[in-house]
Amino acid sequence: MPKREDIKTILIVGSGPIVIGQACEFDYSGTQACKALRDNGYRVVLVNSNPATIMTDPEIADATYIEPVDWQTLEKIIEKEKPDAILPTMGGQTGLNVSLELAKRGILEKHSVEMIGANREAIDNAEDREKFDKCMKDLGLETPRSGFAHSMEDAWKIHKDIGLPCVIRPSFTLGGTGGGIAYNLKEFEEICMNGLKLSPTKELLIDESLVGWKEFEMEVVRDKNDNCIIVCSIENIDPMGVHTGDSITVAPAQTLTDKEYQEMREASFKVLRRIGVETGGSNVQFAQDPKTGRLVVIEMNPRVSRSSALASKATGFPIAKVAALLAVGYTLDELKNDITDGKTPASFEPTIDYVVTKIPRFNFEKFPETDSRLTTQMKSVGEVMAIGRNFQESFQKAIRSMENGLNGLSSILKENEGNGAIKLELSTPGEKRLWYIADAFRRGWSMDEVFVSCKVDSWFLHQIKDIVEDEKIIANSNLEQIETDTLKSYKKKGFSDARIADLLKINEQSVREYRYKLNIHPVFKRVDSCAAEFDSTTNYLYSTYEEFNESEASSNKKIIVLGSGPNRIGQGIEFDYCCVQAALAFREENIETIMINSNPETVSTDFDVSDKLYFEPIVAEDVFEIIRHENPHGVVVQFGGQTPLKLTEEFEKNGIKILGTPPSSIDTAENREKFKTFLSDFNFLQPENRIAQTIEDAKKAVEELSYPVIVRPSYVLGGRAMELIYTDSDLSNYLTNVANISAENPLLVEKFLDDAVELDIDVICDGEKTLIGGVLQHIEEAGIHSGDSSCSFPPYSVGDTQLHALKKEIKAVAKKLNVIGLMNAQVAIKDDKFYMIEVNPRASRTIPFLSKCIGNSLAKIASKVIIGKSLEDLGLDAEIMPTNYAVKAPVFPFNKFRKVDPILGPEMKSTGEVMGRGDCFGEAFGKAIKGAGEDIPNQGSVFVSVKDNDKKYLPDLCFKLQRLGFQIFATKGTAKALKDTDVKVKIINKVLEGRPHIVDAILNEEIDMIINTTEGRQSIKDSFSIRRSALEHNIFLTTTISGGFAIVESLEKGVENWGYKPLQSS
Amino acid sequence: MKFAAKLLLENGISFEGIGFGFKKIGVGEVVFNTAITGYQEILTDPSYDGQIITFTYPHIGNTGINFEDNESKKISARGLIVKNFCDFPSNYRSKMSLEKFLLEQKVICISDIDTRHLTRILRDEGCKIGAIYPSKYFTDEEADSEIKKFGSMDGKNFIENVAVSKSYAYGAPETKKKFKIAAVDFGIKENILRILKQMGGDVTVMPPTTTAEEIAALKPDGIFLSNGPGDPKVLTKAVYEVKQMMKLEVPIFGICLGHQIMSLAYGLKIEKMTFGHHGANHPVHDLKNNLVFITSQNHNFAVAGVDDREDIAITHKSLFDGSIQGIEHNEKPFYSIQCHPEASPGPKEFEVLFERFFEDMNA
Repeated sequence: MPKREDIKTILIVGSGPIVIGQACEFDYSGTQACKALRDNGYRVVLVNSNPATIMTDPEIADATYIEPVDWQTLEKIIEKEKPDAILPTMGGQTGLNVSLELAKRGILEKHSVEMIGANREAIDNAEDREKFDKCMKDLGLETPRSGFAHSMEDAWKIHKDIGLPCVIRPSFTLGGTGGGIAYNLKEFEEICMNGLKLSPTKELLIDESLVGWKEFEMEVVRDKNDNCIIVCSIENIDPMGVHTGDSITVAPAQTLTDKEYQEMREASFKVLRRIGVETGGSNVQFAQDPKTGRLVVIEMNPRVSRSSALASKATGFPIAKVAALLAVGYTLDELKNDITDGKTPASFEPTIDYVVTKIPRFNFEKFPETDSRLTTQMKSVGEVMAIGRNFQESFQKAIRSMENGLNGLSSILKENEGNGAIKLELSTPGEKRLWYIADAFRRGWSMDEVFVSCKVDSWFLHQIKDIVEDEKIIANSNLEQIETDTLKSYKKKGFSDARIADLLKINEQSVREYRYKLNIHPVFKRVDSCAAEFDSTTNYLYSTYEEFNESEASSNKKIIVLGSGPNRIGQGIEFDYCCVQAALAFREENIETIMINSNPETVSTDFDVSDKLYFEPIVAEDVFEIIRHENPHGVVVQFGGQTPLKLTEEFEKNGIKILGTPPSSIDTAENREKFKTFLSDFNFLQPENRIAQTIEDAKKAVEELSYPVIVRPSYVLGGRAMELIYTDSDLSNYLTNVANISAENPLLVEKFLDDAVELDIDVICDGEKTLIGGVLQHIEEAGIHSGDSSCSFPPYSVGDTQLHALKKEIKAVAKKLNVIGLMNAQVAIKDDKFYMIEVNPRASRTIPFLSKCIGNSLAKIASKVIIGKSLEDLGLDAEIMPTNYAVKAPVFPFNKFRKVDPILGPEMKSTGEVMGRGDCFGEAFGKAIKGAGEDIPNQGSVFVSVKDNDKKYLPDLCFKLQRLGFQIFATKGTAKALKDTDVKVKIINKVLEGRPHIVDAILNEEIDMIINTTEGRQSIKDSFSIRRSALEHNIFLTTTISGGFAIVESLEKGVENWGYKPLQSS
Repeated sequence: MKFAAKLLLENGISFEGIGFGFKKIGVGEVVFNTAITGYQEILTDPSYDGQIITFTYPHIGNTGINFEDNESKKISARGLIVKNFCDFPSNYRSKMSLEKFLLEQKVICISDIDTRHLTRILRDEGCKIGAIYPSKYFTDEEADSEIKKFGSMDGKNFIENVAVSKSYAYGAPETKKKFKIAAVDFGIKENILRILKQMGGDVTVMPPTTTAEEIAALKPDGIFLSNGPGDPKVLTKAVYEVKQMMKLEVPIFGICLGHQIMSLAYGLKIEKMTFGHHGANHPVHDLKNNLVFITSQNHNFAVAGVDDREDIAITHKSLFDGSIQGIEHNEKPFYSIQCHPEASPGPKEFEVLFERFFEDMNA
């Protein structure tokens, strides 16, 4: 049956900002869906608040709305665009929930919008635990013994029935937010209370604990003729008890016989049919009792998911694209399998001849207060995938893709830690369980002892043990004595040069040289979805140590783009966006483009984005082998964040050409001394600073600079371990507990610019001319990490003359720094003076946002400049001026991490961002806040408690709030600042001042909004409970005074006056 | 115990690897199978007699060998080729390691070779006769002479090796209503018998030499023609007997080799394929109902020349290469299928095909 002709316009709902549990995999799937539907002649309307996505590029959809993904906004857009259908399955849980809301409120019916891909009933059946359970019973499939609770009373009843430990999951929450395993009554009560609060339907599912059971996932696709296929099976190495998103997983499943596999396959199809998923992709999760094989269905997602993105990358089968086409009426046999060049239809099951390993990436170090044990609530922020011809190879490749300093199964057990520590790490896993397992084997634990503690299937344990045994042999050898075949066998098992070097206690370079001398190099094999049964020319490749090489290196002019590796706080989707733009730009110029990346969630690892995709770790060893094979014209490192930049030195040493800004300029910008000298020619001050190599140095530096100061270790990403210090006690605490200060690890102590306005400027320089991409003004004052600041484009409170002068200076800086391509500068303005905070001669986090603002892709322009075009050639010598306001707002994972303070500071903590657009700053800011999932209340009570330095602004702010109809509550100290004004203040106790106090008022729902600014470790600690309870009770909170003013501006505009325009019309 | 082993192909290409299992020269036609699961079923499938199986999935042996999943009592394949041989199985049903099974069954395996490279050779150049041998015990010349001795697959008959020589009854049917089925064994897979029994078949398994007369004497409700190894063209006697069976006016259902024998009985042509179909992911188009089934496949020969026939029709085609997968008689209840609706290993969704057989026997 061909596609449907009765549908013309389709609305696709995006997933909004990157949060834990919902990352850029939905950019990948949404982009595929948009492209596929447009190619088939449909008009695509897209709504997504996340500007850092490829899908929100103006070329991807016909009408792109970068607007909040909520039902109110969608209703407005539906009224305007009158779509015939809505596709809710591409935008993760957000897309699904919002679409369901639109259906429930009758909005879809009212505007005759048909839901395609999944319908209301199917979504309900899958997401509502009670209904799901019933469906499974109808099918005769087992689910864990369980019960539903809508109150604590219910919960206790269920507890009686199923006992402890048990798994608690709130309904309709993202990535299992609020869920957990309770081992004791106290935990049970805590998790249940919290879960009831978080679930939008006030519902909990309490399950019998299957901790230790094996866990599997099946990725299923179904068409309207009821043709069903399994795209891929996935096995979790971490057994039940750890969220799939946080588990190390492999594809395909390794420890199933055909009988068990087929049982799961059949069950998966039955589940899809019963739930009512008529077309599209879904995943079904199973647990299997390792002793009896008893199979239990855990859950299913009636949409494309994180796992389906992984399955797509693992097999080469584009699930999202196929799902989108099935939703408009195609059947599987009518679609071609792209990866075999259309030689086979999409109605088959991919078969693979390699092993894929996924390892999640965590950022616990940024949230030291939180419990870093893994549970059923997802906590990872990104992931890597690696491909090998055996498990060990793919596993060890995945390890070195992580960029966390580990190049293999390095020992992480401390000298003083004994068997008790191992036992604990094995049974209550953190992010490094497999490393502890390796350590257990090193300490002589038997297979059984390890298994009993961790319940990881012995197949995987044997693989780890085998690696440990080889490591022992390597550690006892001398490099020159390792024979060719032996070294080859290590390489086949995935040992990196760096790991072998560590074991031999020599440097990596020696191992590499020796290996080259023995002429041991990897070959490259193809991902083809058919295990070589059919000839395929698709260049989706991975390395392995075997004989036959399938990657033919052409003699074309070619460029390698290095991707950004796993998502993590500080380096997210923005850099993948830039890499994709670079690939598109080079291909437009007919240059063969080669992408290297290790992150399966990304658009850059879609095999049709570049001419060749190498799914490989972005570390020297693997990148060099590709370069050696391809012999490219050059390598581009400025788009992928720190990941590729870290390799520049190695590239230079090895004579590999870096295209764009020369490495020496990068060095000038990063080396503080050189940069200081460099900057002396310009009209910029630098905040005064000192380098400290000892604790005494640091104390002396502070004395000279005077408080407040910002301290940071010399090499950091995303402001890791940066702190704002106000007092001596804060300083000594930092020096003893946080910073590990030494000559190798010097500390930078910098005078903090209180009350300064901070700006981000992105420019492109072609060596002669410099194009100002745009100037962004941070809404929060200096001292808050730029990634965590909201910012406005254009600046909303900086004068034109000042801006003009600044731009002129920056242009000169770019030219003198020999920038070819992108450069980002962070500048503070204080007392009409410019301070240069830092210069980064590379793509910054703000590039995609700015590109959306000005309607031109800065990364693409920069790419063309890099290959020798001048800005003049490109017709881009004048700055593109904005026609409206746009605000970027960060999104934080605070609700996933219990006990964490939601306060902002110099260390970055946000996982994603949204964009709000409007005619004025207030509208843009309001939309950005809404897009970030928060609601600014337009009436009620506002509680103000601010630090001394902010008190001068208080009368103005509170007066405005009062005029807007708010009742002002303040602490005694803060109220004093309002004493001689018209503002009527109700005094409320601080927590330490006795009860009832502010937290009581929050719990009693007497407060609607909180403006709480604070400084210094002690006062931050004292006011922690205010911020945390605000977060937990969904009370709108801002921790900066400028945030308060921005709220006022937004309220003055009024939600009712917001307008909605697609990108394409402006 | 591991040993040094080699694989030599008839075209002179050779691979060095690590041997497992029984130390002997294993000679046969080298084919590749793309199924990810089910090595135990594949190894014990009698249709693989005369062949050496290359598994494209790189880890084989992970779940060991259990007592329930065999498709026959022995390994018929002459050898196996894997990328990584697993000698530490893990599965709750596992009773022994694959290595032990190979030793018991006196079968050799070579591992640690570039199986993807080998697969590409077989895909591009067609199946090759090859030999696996422990390189310390046999010379390349000895292996080569074994390959020459083996000769070509054309005209080879392996059926005696795998089929029964005497009739026997296969257990009691599991339903109230019973159907007497004469199942001619050319190397039948156990799961076919299990399914027939489950659905109510009172099955008599009969030797491949069974005549139509002998079958008639049994007065069956239906005749089943099984899968089996080798070149169907040499089975002239069986083809003749099937022609006679077609006069008995009872439903006849053939799978794989059974399908090819029925096709020859219709007077159709059989062609050798380049590398055949061996896997568990093959889409088959059901032309009548316009449905797609993912099927298990294992064959090197295909039926051709149905187009200008009026008495029979094509019911199923492969969506991979358009080859004929199913044929039925336009008037009589005769139908046959090239792929494996009994699965084991592979998708079970095509089991519905057995229903028609029972419906017709009921009619």
